[in-house]
Amino acid sequence: MEGKAIKYGDNVDTDVIIPARFLNTSDPKELASHCMEDIDKDFKNKVKPGDIMIAGYNFGCGSSREHAPIAIKESGISCVIAKSFARIFYRNAINIGLPILECPDAASAIEDGDMVSVDLETGIIRDITKGIEFKSQPFPEFIKKIIECGGLINYVKEKVV
Amino acid sequence: MGLTLTQKILADKAGYDVRPGDLIEIDVDMVLGNDVTSPVAIKEFSKIGSKKVFDKEKIALVPDHFVPNKDIKSAEQVNIVRKFAKEYGIVNFFEVGKMGIEHALLPEKGLVLPGDVVIGADSHTCTYGAITCFSTGIGSTDMACAMATGKAWFKVPEAIRFNLKGKLNKWVSGKDVILYIIGMIGVDGALYKSMEFTGDISSLSIDDRFTIANMAIEAGAKNGIFDYDEITEAYVKRRANRKYKVFKADEDADYVESYDIDLSKIKPQVAFPHLPENTKAIDEVGNIKIDQVVIGSCTNGRISDMEVTYEVLKGKKVHPDVRLIIFPATQDIYLECVKRGYIEEFIKAGAAVSTPTCGPCLGGHMGILAKGEKAISTTNRNFVGRMGHTESEVYLASPAVAAASAIKGCIASPEEVV
Repeated sequence: MEGKAIKYGDNVDTDVIIPARFLNTSDPKELASHCMEDIDKDFKNKVKPGDIMIAGYNFGCGSSREHAPIAIKESGISCVIAKSFARIFYRNAINIGLPILECPDAASAIEDGDMVSVDLETGIIRDITKGIEFKSQPFPEFIKKIIECGGLINYVKEKVV
Repeated sequence: MGLTLTQKILADKAGYDVRPGDLIEIDVDMVLGNDVTSPVAIKEFSKIGSKKVFDKEKIALVPDHFVPNKDIKSAEQVNIVRKFAKEYGIVNFFEVGKMGIEHALLPEKGLVLPGDVVIGADSHTCTYGAITCFSTGIGSTDMACAMATGKAWFKVPEAIRFNLKGKLNKWVSGKDVILYIIGMIGVDGALYKSMEFTGDISSLSIDDRFTIANMAIEAGAKNGIFDYDEITEAYVKRRANRKYKVFKADEDADYVESYDIDLSKIKPQVAFPHLPENTKAIDEVGNIKIDQVVIGSCTNGRISDMEVTYEVLKGKKVHPDVRLIIFPATQDIYLECVKRGYIEEFIKAGAAVSTPTCGPCLGGHMGILAKGEKAISTTNRNFVGRMGHTESEVYLASPAVAAASAIKGCIASPEEVV
């Protein structure tokens, strides 16, 4: 995957990713139309399909609302790269099939607007604009299995039905 | 090396010796959802194609965020939950009139007990660690899968130990302890880890412990958990109608960090906008005028919170420039407030008293802030826009400080008014 970097700071919470006043719906399109609204009013106009979100420490902290990764995914973001993720956001993203990578070096170096490519197989992140490469932490086997199934629902489906 | 309290509970469920970092899939004793997270979970559940839930008694559905419903859309969300509960015979569905804020309600009804593994599609599910169970917040997809299979996946966490000693001073409560700790370790200070509270916990009431465990998530923790003692037993015994198991950390348990906390040294705390880690002791706060005070929530809506609010407010008047909103967390707590005469005093003081709801805490309804307004609140988050306009501000504090502030019109210590 390849896209333009849209960069935010530390402790981006799920209240700013999707404010609670929009949680009276679970429609992904409606949620995406308000994604990042309280931290970046311009987000919905500038985001293009495939763009990559870059963030600092503790991305997705706060509320467990799955509406947050749903809104990010639906808005066209192909991958989130952060210095670290809050744990509920981390599992929600994996469970719904939104690719996320923890890589402090990449998250520091990549600047807003840089072209970035990501290879999920190898965990290699490239800042094409700057011509530098990073290697993110590979996922544990169990989590790879969930991702390979296309999310937790498919993983569980095989067992239940 | 031995195991921490959390690791012991997880090892028992897994049925084998677990180590931090292990990924395990284990049975859960309770799966919780609310009116925001359950509709998403129900949609995902339908994709699994399961015709029944794993156990009708081990699922709790508690519409509490936008109830009594604030608009048509939220009414429709609750209807999805209500219909699902009927169709699948969910025993623990709590309708308006019988409901409470989920994290006050579940322990009160004896639905979560020591030694349990509890997951909830709400980040403050970590509250129940107060009664020595493993409980943690998860998302809607996790909830959907657990409703079908009765299982969830976890990474066995490392733990930070908080070794408590000393007694809390007058007007200092569990809220001040947890704000103090978050101020010390930061909002990601316990990321992916357990916060285990041990040592001399005898001066912490069960309500103090619920408040402390509730905000473990605000330090990024997976769970917060207290040792089991007579106070736990007194609370749990009369509510439990099934057997439960009491666990203890091994003597040689391995903690990644350990802090000694002297409770007698902690002063009332206030967390400044826009992170719970921005804490100051009350005597360093300065003059901050406020427009609104909120007392309640899953953090501080329990009977001892109402009791201290009453102590501060009785015979006094809310400042003319301030709106005070009090919301007891469950119907039982509300009724107890009525019986004890608290509600009459609250109303005489000039407060608005509400039926249980999460409403104002998350900027849902029942007390939204306008541009430029400031609130002091006993809730758990003060993020940008959390209670309303992105240019409003939320200060977090205990019920004692919040009630005193309502009288003074600015952030104040209870000592200034009582």
